[in-house]
Amino acid sequence: MEAASSGGRAGTRAAGRRLRTGLRVEPAAFLFVAPSLVLFAVFVFWPLLRTLYLSFHGSDIVGRPTIFVGADQYRLMFSSPTVRDVLANTFLFSLLTVIPSLLLAVVIALLLQQRIAGIGVFRTLMATPFAFSVATASVVFAIFFNPGVGVFNSFLQLFGQHPVGWLTDPSRALASVAATTVWLQLGYCVLVLSAGLGAIPEELYEAARLDGARALAMTRHVTLPLLTPTLFFLLVVTTITSLQSFGQIHILTRGGPAGATTTLVYSVYVNAFAFGNSNFGLASAQAMVLFVVVLAVTAIQFGVLERRVFYR
Amino acid sequence: MNVLSRTLTYVLLAAVTFVLLFPLLYAIAGSMMTPQELASYPPVLIPSQPRLQSFVDVLNAIPLLREYANSVIVSLCVAAGQLITATLSAYAFAFLRMPYRNAIFAVFLATMFIPWEATIIPNYLFMADAGLINTYGALILPFLAAGFGTFLLRQFFLSFPRDLYEAALVDGCGHLRFLATILVPLSRPALASLGIYAFLQAWNQYFWPLLVTKTEEMQTLQIGISRLRDIESAVAPNFILAGTVLALIPTLVLIYIGQRHIVRGLTAGALRG
Repeated sequence: MEAASSGGRAGTRAAGRRLRTGLRVEPAAFLFVAPSLVLFAVFVFWPLLRTLYLSFHGSDIVGRPTIFVGADQYRLMFSSPTVRDVLANTFLFSLLTVIPSLLLAVVIALLLQQRIAGIGVFRTLMATPFAFSVATASVVFAIFFNPGVGVFNSFLQLFGQHPVGWLTDPSRALASVAATTVWLQLGYCVLVLSAGLGAIPEELYEAARLDGARALAMTRHVTLPLLTPTLFFLLVVTTITSLQSFGQIHILTRGGPAGATTTLVYSVYVNAFAFGNSNFGLASAQAMVLFVVVLAVTAIQFGVLERRVFYR
Repeated sequence: MNVLSRTLTYVLLAAVTFVLLFPLLYAIAGSMMTPQELASYPPVLIPSQPRLQSFVDVLNAIPLLREYANSVIVSLCVAAGQLITATLSAYAFAFLRMPYRNAIFAVFLATMFIPWEATIIPNYLFMADAGLINTYGALILPFLAAGFGTFLLRQFFLSFPRDLYEAALVDGCGHLRFLATILVPLSRPALASLGIYAFLQAWNQYFWPLLVTKTEEMQTLQIGISRLRDIESAVAPNFILAGTVLALIPTLVLIYIGQRHIVRGLTAGALRG
């Protein structure tokens, strides 16, 4: 093990490494990790294997696996136009949530960095979306989107525009659900970015100022480069969250109109649980695709891109 | 900063704050309006005669208090469970030597990369087979352990003074006693962050409670609120908003009071070094 080979305490840098040396092997250690491992086995790893198994089988009327169908469910998924739409919706939905979330959050976090009186109040207030759950936010936004009494159409009317079917127009519904998600995520993104900005050492700004850098140049050449690890972390987290979005779709549109807001996760729900469908085979294949996509996004974070991100 | 850019900053800040706060302000104002006032055009944003009737109506229409209690019970159990399992495993990873420690830690980390939705079908089947559908067991059991919690606490424990640990061992302090009397009291900030984080996650859950609760009596608050629209054929928004405001109170209090802890818990993964 690493602990044995790394040797004496002198010259070790990380506190963790220091702790790992000179410990006696403790059989009791297994008892300490056992509760978590048992729970993981039952509720994470075994179900994941079972999803894989189900995805290669057909299902009977109550969803129990029947015959082995090989990769048929996957083939169906990528060949049937409606199921292909689901993948396109998922991709578009991620794009429509992640990019606006990050852009707005950067602007807001930079505004909150200004040293002006009362900034603490703004900072506290801007965490408000964070108090909303997916369900409470969606319920309120459903009222906003209401074609008759909703504030969005009232706003359009103020400018003499025609009312819009925010959730009923197939070309708008996905963007409307995405807008709700952006609002919901913004509090979190701002919190994380503010913490990242706070961690940038003051001396760097001092040095830039001595070099005669103006505020905008400082933001471009000092703040943003040093913020890239935080931005990158947020990019991955918000992408994964958007891929997993379910509540806002279920509450706002039920996947409609005409499937325009049916994403991968929502499709898993529809195929497996809604309308007594119980098509666990197809739903499991979609769940596996979701798993692979999330894994790939995470792997990108850890493997390829992280090396290119600026580090101190 | 000159006067112009300072003014501009305030204007921008005020505008952004208004947009971010708008849904909350609207929910509070709307919950105290009459349906007619809420539907009027041009829109009214401040109730002319604030009334609390909608709150009474919503409390009479759905077992909101019962749903509240369900959410509190489930979220507290999940938070407590995660604190216990994560403390135990993080202790082992930070202080104890065991074969395959890195491999076991990798297993813990791996759970963070498996989306719950990818395992939701077999988990549902498991709960159905175990006869746990529509019970607290189904709502709580799958979330009692989390890789993230272990990861967070392990980071914190690794910075724990090694001398204190050795001194305790020399004094004949057992693992559990060291945990209970020294490590846990000294790790309160990290434990608070994890506790609040786990509580909020459980509190906000939607997909799983939607699947495993079948009666109003077992519904969590989130499901209850989302079903407000289905109660009457033409239910008024003020009624829905009143329910939403009631549901928001605990989390609002939590984020305004516990913001420091929440930030620490949430940003633990974001900041390195």
